[in-house]
Amino acid sequence: MNMMPHTMVTPAKPRVFAGRAVKIVAHDVNVYYADKHAIKHLSIDIPDRAVSSFIGPSGCGKSTFLRAINRMNDTIPIARMTGEILIDGKNVYDRDLDVVQLRARVGMVFQKPNPFPKSIFENVAYGPRIHGLSRGKTDLEEIVVNSLKKAGLFEEVKDRLEHSGTSLSGGQQQRLCIARAIAVNPEVILMDEPCSALDPIATARIEELIDELKQNFCIVIVTHSMQQAARVSQLAAFFHRGNQVEFGDTDEVFTNPQDKRTQDYITGRFG
Amino acid sequence: MSDHIMKAYDDDLTQLKTMLAQMGGLAEDQLAKAIDAISRRDTNLADLVIAGDDKIDMLERQVEEKAILTIAKRQPMARDLREIMVAIRVSSDLERIGDLAKNTAKRTHAMSESLPRKLITGVTRMGRIAQEQLKNILDAYAQTNAEKAIMVWRADEELDALYNSIFRELLTYMMEDPRMIGLCTHLLFGAKNMERIGDHATNIAENIYYLVNGKPILEERPKKDQTSMTAIEPR
Repeated sequence: MNMMPHTMVTPAKPRVFAGRAVKIVAHDVNVYYADKHAIKHLSIDIPDRAVSSFIGPSGCGKSTFLRAINRMNDTIPIARMTGEILIDGKNVYDRDLDVVQLRARVGMVFQKPNPFPKSIFENVAYGPRIHGLSRGKTDLEEIVVNSLKKAGLFEEVKDRLEHSGTSLSGGQQQRLCIARAIAVNPEVILMDEPCSALDPIATARIEELIDELKQNFCIVIVTHSMQQAARVSQLAAFFHRGNQVEFGDTDEVFTNPQDKRTQDYITGRFG
Repeated sequence: MSDHIMKAYDDDLTQLKTMLAQMGGLAEDQLAKAIDAISRRDTNLADLVIAGDDKIDMLERQVEEKAILTIAKRQPMARDLREIMVAIRVSSDLERIGDLAKNTAKRTHAMSESLPRKLITGVTRMGRIAQEQLKNILDAYAQTNAEKAIMVWRADEELDALYNSIFRELLTYMMEDPRMIGLCTHLLFGAKNMERIGDHATNIAENIYYLVNGKPILEERPKKDQTSMTAIEPR
């Protein structure tokens, strides 16, 4: 991915949005896929220790922006980006920034659970091991157990940690992926439609988990389920054709949106 | 507002609105008849009003069922959700208006033919203003017109003021001639009913405002009903 030259903007004092300290600041972000202008002049402040949801019709740029936060678009040759995305004031697109380190700080959970074809234990232990986060076997075991506990999965798998991760049910696999993401002690967790392949019960479990995780992480979730966005997020952004139309308090966005396009979309009307 | 992608959703909301329009029409009719019955002391007409109230009650239940079903099926958001919540509230106001019309009609039976006409005029005058308020607020609801709703909301003051003066007038009659107490009490309740109908119209106005703007009216409504603080001076 090619980077345009840019100037670094470091906020002098901690930014606050909707009464919360801001973790991620995007400033005039544009993403192009060849000629397609996928994200247009996006500027947004994403608060820490809260869930921010991105909603919008397919192709509106919400997933593209989510992937821009941990530089997942770097792997797409035709993708090009301008502007900057700062986490704690540091531009993630800086040339001196280590992408591997970045992805340890910014975990990601995908639509389809994608556990490694390894044991449940190894799935969670892999990250801390390659990032050198454990000081030996017992330490690593502790990290794995804690992560599984935080992901609400430990009780269900504690007697079969050596079983393959792929032997779990869909919902369990997704929670395993969340455990894997939090095992490396990230600050931000990005979730790209994490429940779209799950049944309502498994979905409820993940939503409950997201609600608990928000106490310690900055969580950004892309979802097609408006009800889910309304249920789990404190802030909601509506994207439309590469533009951020509205971003604010979830309660406000879903009961009294300010923009007609948001209103039309969330009420199931033609945009 | 543009249409929903699912046409059946629009049909659900339209059906709700149609039921509300029916309820409104019935309430207007009941109120007109009740005022007519009491002013002419027509007990046959009064009985018709009493019997007709069931229909409004039934419609209210249907509105409630339809609203609950629509919420369950469509999981409405934003304005759609307000639309449904407001429909439930308006239907309950209309049901109450029906009850008040019925209660007014009932009192016809307690009034003799010999009742001096001028005593009734006050109540019928209030009745006509209440009718006007009801008509205007139903129009505002049908058109989802918040400005019009606010006008009705403000105009309630007139009904309150009139109620005050009728209250004092009837008190005077009762003090002059204790034989009038029974009749005047019925008239007083009739007048109170009209004043309450006005209040229900203002409730509907507040709901229309909320439906359109997504927030409640913050300003305080001017109120002129001081009867609760009126003391009778012993002679």
